[in-house]
Amino acid sequence: MKLPATPNVTRRSFVASVGAATVIPPAAALIANSAEAATAAGHHPATAPAPAAAPAAPEKPVYLFFNVAEVQFIEAACERLIPADESGAGALAAWVPNYLDKQLGGAWGAGERLYRSGPWVQGTASQGYQLPFTPAELFRTALRAINTDLEKQGPMFSELSAEAQDAYLKSLEKDNHDLDGVPSAVFFDMLLRMTVEGFFADPVYGGNRDMVAWRMIGFPGAYADYYEAIDKHGVKFERAPMSIGEDGHGKVHVHPEIPASVG
Amino acid sequence: MVQRLKEVDVVVIGVGMVGSILAKELAAAGYKVVGLERGSTRFTVPEFQSPGIHDELRFDIRKALMQDNTREPVTFRNNTSQSALPVRRWESFLPGTGLGGSMVHWNGQTYRFQANDFELATRTKERYGKGFLDADVTIQDWGVTYDELEPHYDRFEYLLGTSGKAGNIKGQIQPGGDPHESPRSREYPTPPQKEHFSGALFRKAATGLGYHPFPQPSSNLSQPYTNPEGLKMNTCVFCGFCERYACEHYAKSTPQTFILPVLLANSNFELRTGCQVQRINLDSTKKTATGVTYIDNAGREFEQPASLVITSLFAINNIRMLLLSGVGKPYDPTAGKGVVGRNYAYQTMSTVASFFDEDVIINPFMASGASGTLINDFAGDNFDHSGLGFIGGAFIGAVNTNGRPIQYHPTPPGTPGWGKAWKDAVVKHYNHSIMFSLHGSSVSQRQNYADLDPTYKDAWGQPLLRITFEFPQNDLKMAAYVTAKGVEIGKAMGAKQVAGSPRKAPYTTQQYQTTHNTGGTVMGNDPSTSVVNRYMQSWDVPNVFVIGASAYPQNASWNPTGTLGALTYWVADALKNKYLKNPGHLVSA
Repeated sequence: MKLPATPNVTRRSFVASVGAATVIPPAAALIANSAEAATAAGHHPATAPAPAAAPAAPEKPVYLFFNVAEVQFIEAACERLIPADESGAGALAAWVPNYLDKQLGGAWGAGERLYRSGPWVQGTASQGYQLPFTPAELFRTALRAINTDLEKQGPMFSELSAEAQDAYLKSLEKDNHDLDGVPSAVFFDMLLRMTVEGFFADPVYGGNRDMVAWRMIGFPGAYADYYEAIDKHGVKFERAPMSIGEDGHGKVHVHPEIPASVG
Repeated sequence: MVQRLKEVDVVVIGVGMVGSILAKELAAAGYKVVGLERGSTRFTVPEFQSPGIHDELRFDIRKALMQDNTREPVTFRNNTSQSALPVRRWESFLPGTGLGGSMVHWNGQTYRFQANDFELATRTKERYGKGFLDADVTIQDWGVTYDELEPHYDRFEYLLGTSGKAGNIKGQIQPGGDPHESPRSREYPTPPQKEHFSGALFRKAATGLGYHPFPQPSSNLSQPYTNPEGLKMNTCVFCGFCERYACEHYAKSTPQTFILPVLLANSNFELRTGCQVQRINLDSTKKTATGVTYIDNAGREFEQPASLVITSLFAINNIRMLLLSGVGKPYDPTAGKGVVGRNYAYQTMSTVASFFDEDVIINPFMASGASGTLINDFAGDNFDHSGLGFIGGAFIGAVNTNGRPIQYHPTPPGTPGWGKAWKDAVVKHYNHSIMFSLHGSSVSQRQNYADLDPTYKDAWGQPLLRITFEFPQNDLKMAAYVTAKGVEIGKAMGAKQVAGSPRKAPYTTQQYQTTHNTGGTVMGNDPSTSVVNRYMQSWDVPNVFVIGASAYPQNASWNPTGTLGALTYWVADALKNKYLKNPGHLVSA
């Protein structure tokens, strides 16, 4: 396995990342879809060539935006923001880092829906974000500064204890030190917002895998008709959640007496 | 090169709620009408359908239906000592774009203002005496009364099919409705929507405290309805995707359901989408408009001559259109002179969160945008303000509009913002909490206004609108007072923890509050304090009519759309029966 050398992948982080890739973390193991794989195997005798149908679900996201050093920080940090515990899966099992990766690598990362004309003047909190960085530039800049900073101190973020990781994240959130032009509180705020988004957004965006976050809180998902249920007060609505991806059959709600469109 | 088009009778800038209703009235009366819409054409089918329409990330968080802020944001500052900076992402308020306008993504909360609201300055002085208000408060009468608007409120509600329960029909108080409302001529077109559990708990607690709960008037319909235009609408199924979304069920009243099919079938009307109007053109006297100039999606520039220009944009865009066109004198807050941009106001939103034991199952995701239960006992002037030091108030209600989890995951005060404790609190409280909306009025004040930004430009090179706004002391006192009342109701519901969050300064653009921006082109009887007369006709350029919530001299305790609908029909009558028969000033200055 050969990884492209990048300026911010040190020998140590390079080794650590290779190590990480060969060990499935416990959280990821939980969502490896072994049942489905077994079923698929049963339908297709070993002698037949494997057909195109039902490829096994990947056990790890394919990261397109984050480099290996960035992935180490992001995976570990997201899991501290929303940790796995007795109430259910955390950010890692929900594939939140995958959501971040796809968002930052796409239009959102490039500044979608962000007014990007100067002059660039820092204002009050009421005036909001005023930096020239796109989200992708902001993450890249901040992550490089964080990894450089940590390297000077010793262990990388993913090698720290949970308590030490929390303390480091708190220092980003509260101390607001400079990350090569990015105030650390701004980076932390964006990381936290996107982590919560990825946890609760529809799984079509690459996080909330298997709708784990929706199951955990009891949100029925994108589609349901509550006309009969709404006035049955205090009764729990028991139904597996539904993703927008599950209604992807081109089904259109047309009322026969209402014109579809005119003009 | 600018292409000059054939003159028409009427050009309408913005084909949202106001534009589509007025265009329909005028086209049906035989006038040639062109509607210019900057956004795209869109209908219930195919644009508003599954699977894509219930996408919280795309619509709530990324704000897919909103005005394109990469090309056309606003700038903001809290006061004139600051430099205004661009609002680089929408948060506090969300103006829409596209056919049907902001109404496509509204919640359907369809109120009337009260008689008192239209004569606020006069009645405040009568009841509380001179000097009751802070010196810099600039509230004023509207120049039109509730009684004049009542038939138009009625017509608008029957256009939409609004579901509700009358509280006062011709002076007779009706059980189950809002006893504080001003008299209406008849019952709502359809009965109220079913009551959510949160509303039922609120109703019981509020009744026990001696208040008068009633079902929220909703334009998400309780039953199938055919409106006077012959258009059919469906029953709302409480899917929980209302505000910030378009409705796929024909159940939320929007121009797409209540008027556009009729308008677009009229050959006197022509819709042009993708047209960014740059300015209203004036002749050399600056007292007559000659039409408008716009740039289409391909970058081509056109001049559309017209005898009558109607600007029917979202409030802040109406202000900017007049400033870019030189219609009316811009407001100067230092001198207190000029009118365009004056009396910009908003809405003072507070919340009360009630947290229950885990055996109380709330199901927040079962909701329409307006299926709440509320009281008006602390709204408007429905209570005695003597000794309180403020005017105005708020409706207080369990207005549960959704349980979409990126946005909605309430946690009690003191919960950390992340980590295990945060996650545990989210899981514990998601299905066992009730949020009240305390929907507060907003007085106009001398320092709050809008003008053109000196620095930042839109994608066409024109100055952005600059908003200067801070919550007046009057409204902060009001918010504290009504929030305390809301907390009492939360406690009476049996919640184990109740947290009140009265609105506080500074006003921030970074937290969603409401899309109820008002003022800036206000109506009135005095040209020195109003941009348009009581028929929403420009004092300065009488063949320009400016219709929007920008006409409100200050904002009342309720959502503004119902009143804007009534004003739209009020203006339609004035245009058809007065102005177009004999063009000129409808009111002499």
